[in-house]
Amino acid sequence: MKTSFFRAVSAIVRKDLRIEFRSRELISMMGLFALLSILVFSFALELDRIARQEAISGVLWVTVIFASILGLNRSLAAERDQGNLDAMLLAPIDRPAVFIGKLVGNFLFSLLVGLALLPVMAALYNVNMIQPWVLLVLTLGTLGFSAIGTVLATMTVQTRTRESLLPIVLLPIALPVLLAAVRATTNILSGAPQDEWIAWPQILLVLDVIYLTLCVLLFEYVVEE
Amino acid sequence: MNAAPLIEVTGLVKAFDLLPILRKLDLTIYRGEFVALLGANGAGKSTLLRMLAGMSKPSAGVIKVGGWELPGEAHAVRSQIGVVSHKALVYEALSARENLRFFGQLYNLAPTALDGRIDDLLGQVGLGKRGDDLVRTYSRGMLQRLTIARALIHNPDILLLDEPYTGLDVDAAGVLDELLRNAHREGRTIVMTTHDLARVPGLVSRVVILARGVIGLDTPTIGMDSVRLSQIYTEVTSMASAR
Repeated sequence: MKTSFFRAVSAIVRKDLRIEFRSRELISMMGLFALLSILVFSFALELDRIARQEAISGVLWVTVIFASILGLNRSLAAERDQGNLDAMLLAPIDRPAVFIGKLVGNFLFSLLVGLALLPVMAALYNVNMIQPWVLLVLTLGTLGFSAIGTVLATMTVQTRTRESLLPIVLLPIALPVLLAAVRATTNILSGAPQDEWIAWPQILLVLDVIYLTLCVLLFEYVVEE
Repeated sequence: MNAAPLIEVTGLVKAFDLLPILRKLDLTIYRGEFVALLGANGAGKSTLLRMLAGMSKPSAGVIKVGGWELPGEAHAVRSQIGVVSHKALVYEALSARENLRFFGQLYNLAPTALDGRIDDLLGQVGLGKRGDDLVRTYSRGMLQRLTIARALIHNPDILLLDEPYTGLDVDAAGVLDELLRNAHREGRTIVMTTHDLARVPGLVSRVVILARGVIGLDTPTIGMDSVRLSQIYTEVTSMASAR
């Protein structure tokens, strides 16, 4: 008898969280990378205060994205190397349940790193980063990026050059999400009137729906031989 | 011979790009049989097992498992099979108990029955006292016993084993022999690929030798010892290479 979608998703998410809470491998690696990145950016932009203010949303997203790529590679490689992805696919569960289960874990870890960056960046760049709209944009942007990243990482972990291949295929495809996220964040942080930037979070939401739908549909073909 | 065919493969073809691995293969396996799939590397043994497990789609031909056709009715087939490979297919950062609970949930076992089933299986494979230890602390032999427990968590009718003896020492291989005999005694149908010809006659009821993507020989093991099997194997694979 087929396992229900939600039971399968819930089992996969709880398994990923349990493994991560126990090893702290992904979070520590992603967090350390993110921290070092914003410190480097902070030193590089130190002399020019205006440039620093203008570049802050770019710094945030570049850091979150590359930290996420590290996490995505590791998360899917761990499933592939021990054959665990095959073991999950052998169970009588829908393929999209495996995708959503892995996506939720990857999204949560990336979002956690992004959220942890906000107060650090606020201190380093002297900008109020902790605003409800920034949190919403961070959540939507990370979700869209994680969805595309989960599908593509499932493909690239089967290759020998997986570490370098993932960013090469992921960044061009995720560009619309990144563009909307950076534009929205820049406008929110600059204190522009809401009318001028409210379209960007809306576009981000629409992109998330489109990408999520495509990823759910494509995942079955990605894992199929 | 048991009358009911459990696995029926007809005209099976599998090609990767333009390279044919299996060429119009026909095979019927009956309920309760223990079949060894033998053959040289690249003969198509693992490919055939992956297709029987619904992990790989045929290029042509029909596969029926328990009356269900693959890949269209894969959900029904997956509930009936357990797979053991030379890869562990378990999470090293979880304990044996946590692994079995996770896979039990994926196989839709009732939460109330799951703990009992896990205790039972851990006892069967001799891991009762180490069930709460992280899998990364296990030896290769213990890992393979856990893999058997994982494959049996949903009480499948069919066990598919791909090179299960890889990396096991003599003692661990002996324990695996006993676990497989028990699984067979319980009425399960077992299909196993292996290169360990010495182990085959005392364990399985039938030998199928694959050679260049077709069946080179299909014979019961009654009255066969490992020396005779080695001779037959060499003859069949040599003839196939000469073709």
